[in-house]
Amino acid sequence: MTHAADLPVWAALLTGFFLILGSTLTLLGSVGLLRFRSFYERIHAPTLGTTWGTGGVLIASMIFHSVLQSKPVLHEILIALFVTVTTPVSLMLLARAALYRDRSEGNDGVPPFEAAAESRNERRRSSNT
Amino acid sequence: MSGVIIAWSVTIAQLLLLAAMACALLRLVRGPRAQDRILSSDALYVGAMLLLLTFGIRAGSTVYFEAALVVALLGFVSTAALAKFLMRGEVIE
Amino acid sequence: MSALVPYPLLTASLLMMWVLLNGLSVGQVVLGGIIALAASLAMAALQPVKPRIRRWDMIPPLALIVLADILRSNIAVAGIILQGRRHARTSGFVMIPLELRDRTALAVLACIITSTPGTAWVEYHAGNGMLRIHVLDLIDQQAWIELIKRRYERRLMEIFE
Repeated sequence: MTHAADLPVWAALLTGFFLILGSTLTLLGSVGLLRFRSFYERIHAPTLGTTWGTGGVLIASMIFHSVLQSKPVLHEILIALFVTVTTPVSLMLLARAALYRDRSEGNDGVPPFEAAAESRNERRRSSNT
Repeated sequence: MSGVIIAWSVTIAQLLLLAAMACALLRLVRGPRAQDRILSSDALYVGAMLLLLTFGIRAGSTVYFEAALVVALLGFVSTAALAKFLMRGEVIE
Repeated sequence: MSALVPYPLLTASLLMMWVLLNGLSVGQVVLGGIIALAASLAMAALQPVKPRIRRWDMIPPLALIVLADILRSNIAVAGIILQGRRHARTSGFVMIPLELRDRTALAVLACIITSTPGTAWVEYHAGNGMLRIHVLDLIDQQAWIELIKRRYERRLMEIFE
């Protein structure tokens, strides 16, 4: 850890703050993953880690390397962009797969397939009368 | 002074991330269903990626960045493929 | 111009990615520019539906709103997780009738809703425009419908339609 000693104190404090913020949020997300009772509640938990959890650690890494090399090191933005775009896609795929499986097995607490069309008809009926 | 701050905060962050990965691993073992396991394996990938970045800060080099990028990529592809598999029962249609 | 660079946004972001990965120098910018141009020409050969963006100036305010919302709901969900089981909480599905039809705008809305902790996009019926989302802390269904429609859908419609 000799190289870090050259770092100004403000940069070290900022890096430490964002590091601990990010990793705490990631830990909270994982605790939620463990604690929530149903799958549809659990799907909310990892987004903590993938939004500001990842964001915090990436900002810390950017500050640290930029100050250490005294030039902007911004390639962490690529990971941030990648994670922001891909997490919703994989979570949506998972939610749809879970819904499909629950429906095909007839489990409780799952909205039926035709509910969408029904509620629309209801709205149309109520607007007609 | 700043060396001490960085050393301590990196150590704390790594311990927190390890705890996060342990929680995800516990959910992976417990299940109860396949979608829960896939969700927690995705959380494990994110934890591993962040852990690599903290290693990069500890070592003061940017070589860990490429590894983190590859882990993030693999995590997305495997989660998407497994979710697709759950939906249809086949990975490639 | 559009015949030479069929997808200016894609070309620019590929070039930016190349420079970020390889460092900023004249040689890398030229090489990255050639590769980005070749990739965008290859993309044009696939002939995907081209997204039309009407109002560029509306994008930064929307991005700021989304970032602030993500931060706020991060804190809210962290609070829910820390409170544990002492706090009575109901979660459930909400149906939202959407007027948005543009496919790119729907994809952006899906990313916004799913990446905000506390709400998740579950399914969308393209036929009648009904969207089903799952909300972690569901108190008032109507309030969520109003929120999504007023906060995001109206802005996305201004940008894309």
